[in-house]
Amino acid sequence: MAVKIRIPTPLRQMTNGAESVEVEGGDVNELLLALCAKFEGMDKRLFKQPGELNRFVNVYVNEEDIRFLDNLHTKIKPGDDVSVVPAIAGG
Amino acid sequence: MAYVVGLRCRECGKEYPQKGVHVCEVCFGPLEVQYDYARMKGKVTRESIERGPRSLWRYRDLLPINAEPRAGLYSGYTPLRRAHHLEKILNVRELYIKDDSANYPTWSYKERVVSVAITKALELGYHTVGCASTGNLANSVAAHAAVAGMKAFVMIPHDLEQGKVLGSLIFGPTMVRIQGNYDDVNRLCSEIADKYKWAIVNVNLRPFYTEGAKTFGYEIAEQLGWKFPQHTVCPTAGGTILPKIHKAYQELIDLGLVEDNAPKIYSAQAAGCNPVVEAIRAGRDLIKPQKPKTIAKSIAIGNPADGFYVVQAVRQSGGWAMDATDPEIIDAIKLLAKAEGIWTEPAGGTTLAAAIKLIASGRIPRDESICVCITGNGLKTTEVVADQLDMPTSIPAKLDAFDAFIAELDGAGGTRELEPLAAGGPTP
Repeated sequence: MAVKIRIPTPLRQMTNGAESVEVEGGDVNELLLALCAKFEGMDKRLFKQPGELNRFVNVYVNEEDIRFLDNLHTKIKPGDDVSVVPAIAGG
Repeated sequence: MAYVVGLRCRECGKEYPQKGVHVCEVCFGPLEVQYDYARMKGKVTRESIERGPRSLWRYRDLLPINAEPRAGLYSGYTPLRRAHHLEKILNVRELYIKDDSANYPTWSYKERVVSVAITKALELGYHTVGCASTGNLANSVAAHAAVAGMKAFVMIPHDLEQGKVLGSLIFGPTMVRIQGNYDDVNRLCSEIADKYKWAIVNVNLRPFYTEGAKTFGYEIAEQLGWKFPQHTVCPTAGGTILPKIHKAYQELIDLGLVEDNAPKIYSAQAAGCNPVVEAIRAGRDLIKPQKPKTIAKSIAIGNPADGFYVVQAVRQSGGWAMDATDPEIIDAIKLLAKAEGIWTEPAGGTTLAAAIKLIASGRIPRDESICVCITGNGLKTTEVVADQLDMPTSIPAKLDAFDAFIAELDGAGGTRELEPLAAGGPTP
């Protein structure tokens, strides 16, 4: 199914400025792989290696960090809100 | 004299000019300010620093600003106190408190990071500043923005202590209470920074902001007579201050200003939010995020952005990590107040409690010098001790009533003294 992923500023130069991108996939991993297939170089931004995100890439599904869910295997259903967010400093 | 060269990604090494950008566009790694240390040699000296103002700006050569300081002209240079009573109580030889509960004007270590961030924001042409905060940062941003004549937007979790909320509102910022915990506020602010062209100090100004925390470390060394304590115990929330104290120590060694005595640095967290302590104990690099549940709200960050660098700094320095339960935190707040006259917030209680446990467990030897980093003030978090203290008796304004009161005290043990301090402090 198609789900919208929100793209943070540092990645928008890769998405031609698009703030969100619609991709297909049944879980987070599939969505991100679809995103990588769509935009050249995206895979290096997101993944350290297949199945492992870069240390500072946080992914949220419906406002919940996927590390509290099922990580990259977190299932996606229609209408889910997916966003990629870089980590930020304390306060 | 400005020695800043630019920004560089800590992960992949990509370089950037000085601007409002906080993460590497290649790998999302945090950006770190680069300096020309070779050019500093012989110019940045103990004497050049000692000639500077009695504020954090005495270290301006080591901070990422190009023009004159525009904020925090009276911030920093807080007391480093020998803690003689605590030495006796804890049975250690040499103990110091670095006391940022006395940092001006909003009583926390955040003055350091905000002074640098606001100066930089003005330098870069911003008119509006903001932050995601657990309270102390919001207080500091609101106050310094008022002085600088900037608009301020501060975003906080909805359930903060009243003192922290009022302590921002009084300065007139736009304050937004976000329905969620700090990590939710953080995520939202990251998206706000993307959309609005504001200087969110701990988001798009993060590389400059975090450098301000180094002044905590410089001051410890200078105030100790250009020496390092052998053991520095520091609280960890988002992971800004500890790696920056480590960096400050390293810079002072590299510049030849302080002799390298292999200072060890220790991370303290509340047991109800200890992702970094857990990683260090388990020997992991990976920080597993948590849902915080502790009275130490100012350090309740379950997904610390710089947690990995805390782990690295602790490990490289040969230090360790310790957590403290809420009752231990409260005991330590009371102990610090009764023994040394310093009222700290739960973050400070956490740090002292962790230090006590590190000493008790033998991780920190009793005969070596120790510095406990106190980063916030207890007057902002009165709730946590309110039901822990005996409210005073009320008597008529008559001498015989007072005599009767004293007689009653004598009967109950003969003294108005508070209960003796436990020699071991909180149990490990």
